Amino acid sequence: MAQELWWASTSFWRKTAIWVTGFSFIVLIFLTFDTMKYIKAGGRNVPDYTVINKLIDYRYDDAKHHYMPVIGGDEPLFGKKLTEAEAKALVSEGKLNFQSKNCMDCHTILGNGAYYAPDLTKAWLDPYWGDKSTREQNMVSFLMNPGNQLHNSLGRRMPNLGITEEEARATVAFLKFTSAIDTNGFPNNFKPIDQSDASSQASAGASTTVDQANR
Amino acid sequence: MAALGMFDTANLNGGQKLALKYFTVALILFGAQILFGMLAGLQYLNPDFLYNVLDFSIVRMVHLNAMIVWLLFGFLGGVYWILEDEAGHPVVGLWLGNLIFWVLTLAVAVVVAVFLLVQVGPASIKTIWLITEGREYIEAPRWADIGIVVGVLSFFFNVAATFVKGRYTGIGGVLVTDLLALFGIYLAGMFYTSNVSVDQFWWWWVIHLWVEATWEVLVGCIMAYMLIATLGVRRKIVETWLYIEVALMFGSGILGLGHHYFWIGTPEYWLTIGGFFSALEPVPLVAMVVHAVFDSGVHRLKNSNHPALAWTISQAAGNFFGAGVWGFMHTLPQINLYTHGTQWTASHGHLAFFGAYATAVISFFYIAVQKSRGNVYMSGNLVGAWKWKWSLALLWVGMIGMTMALLIAGYDQSQIERAIEGSTWAGYFAAQSHPWFLQAMKWREISGWAFSAGYVLLFWDLLTVGKRETRPIVRHELAEATA
Repeated sequence: MAQELWWASTSFWRKTAIWVTGFSFIVLIFLTFDTMKYIKAGGRNVPDYTVINKLIDYRYDDAKHHYMPVIGGDEPLFGKKLTEAEAKALVSEGKLNFQSKNCMDCHTILGNGAYYAPDLTKAWLDPYWGDKSTREQNMVSFLMNPGNQLHNSLGRRMPNLGITEEEARATVAFLKFTSAIDTNGFPNNFKPIDQSDASSQASAGASTTVDQANR
Repeated sequence: MAALGMFDTANLNGGQKLALKYFTVALILFGAQILFGMLAGLQYLNPDFLYNVLDFSIVRMVHLNAMIVWLLFGFLGGVYWILEDEAGHPVVGLWLGNLIFWVLTLAVAVVVAVFLLVQVGPASIKTIWLITEGREYIEAPRWADIGIVVGVLSFFFNVAATFVKGRYTGIGGVLVTDLLALFGIYLAGMFYTSNVSVDQFWWWWVIHLWVEATWEVLVGCIMAYMLIATLGVRRKIVETWLYIEVALMFGSGILGLGHHYFWIGTPEYWLTIGGFFSALEPVPLVAMVVHAVFDSGVHRLKNSNHPALAWTISQAAGNFFGAGVWGFMHTLPQINLYTHGTQWTASHGHLAFFGAYATAVISFFYIAVQKSRGNVYMSGNLVGAWKWKWSLALLWVGMIGMTMALLIAGYDQSQIERAIEGSTWAGYFAAQSHPWFLQAMKWREISGWAFSAGYVLLFWDLLTVGKRETRPIVRHELAEATA
């Protein structure tokens, strides 16, 4: 054979493979460290666990050109303001429940999971729950007893997973926390539940179930 | 030695005997994957089917995990198959390899039994350790994770030690390095955190870097051997191509990980990095197609095993379309904002896993069957060739049908649920109950029947192909040292 061309030689490509892989991996490690600053609890994109003590909304940000979570004033979950440690424990229990019941094998969260049931990224803000005054209780009762709550024309229902009240409340805390994560505008064009005080006053006194609220 | 065409493991070397065990379990689990896929598809059509008995979450989990395990078993088998030939030395520590095979198989059986019978647990770390980890793809409980890590480590030892004692080859070098990465990356998924963003960040390290990097390279290695074995391609050409593919695969795939970091709380710069590198991810797959077509052309398709070569060529095409084209179609953040978490992903997932991996393992099944029957003839005018041809056709037609149906469902979801309705629950169900979606689910199930028929035929063919042949294998010269 004539003299081998350098760009067609085995050793050239072996060296290229090693260098390219090594370089890409080093860049990935560097980016991983940097990303942690954003995604640790209390980081730039992921809030502190005590965010569950606050009002959370989701609005279009004109400067950023995408939707952003907006953290407002005090609005403790189930009416009880939690310390940092208590809030973390509650959110953690909720996430453990989320994993223990295989939620991700029907639902997506942050868009990842299965596609048999709705995305849960903004479940806390979903208009499905009625309004601010009924939401927490509606979420808890739905989680504990979803089987007899027909909520679509397909007949698709969430199974009864034996979720206790404590687990259900923790799961709501986990979902509230999740809704406050800055996800670069995912989901786009989401229309959150009306959280104005007027909305809750209008329905105050008349406790509605999820089903009634959506009819 | 048994007569030509008779099935006899005496025809095989030690590593190949072990490989045959892995292939057997893989083939059975492939059937389980299809069965549970069909059940899950049926639940879309009739939500009351097995409701509160075997819910969609459980059915789908078994569908996915059966796939991961059968492909992994197929790869392990593939590596054991080529190991002694490639290293020119008997497998070092084969007894350990055999032991690990039984341990892994038993562990898989226990995990699946717990998935099916126990299903869920209370919100505690015990559930994560004993029942389910509840994270898509890696639901296997923590005890099983430890088993997988030990299994991969001992597998690494078998492979590395055999190459050290035997001869060093390019394929061997890539393989050993890749297995080390396969082991290391799995560790990134073995911890609990209460922070869902941190959870998904590391979860993708496992899923993406396994599936889109180390698995691709692993398959590249065994397919490289396949081209040498079936076509008699010169080793120097195959190995140079393998290095090119590794460079392109890791060069695009490692930072291509960024396409999973668009919407999980990770910083905005991932939109640019992930978009750019994942757009490059099809490049190595194009290279693989060029390679396979070029080699087949040079050798005028003369080969020693027609079914295996047909599956190999369909692997190159399937990998390119499934992983490459279908992945690229929705990988840029501007479109992914609307397609992320819809049936688009399911469409891509189906075609990619089948095209890139299932096909590769199936072609190895045919190589294994041929040698188990004493290197029987498996070229043109093979007796009973209709079976492999029809099973290949049915599996592919079924897969393309499912992919297209899911793609239409994905378009429906992206438009109605995401773009118009803004992803609320009401928007989700508006899309799910649209006629486009419902129709797509029917076509998916119908295509699933074609796919299932193809599997049955494949199973039958693997048990019988070459049985009635009296001709020996047609060898095509290996032009090893003529560089």
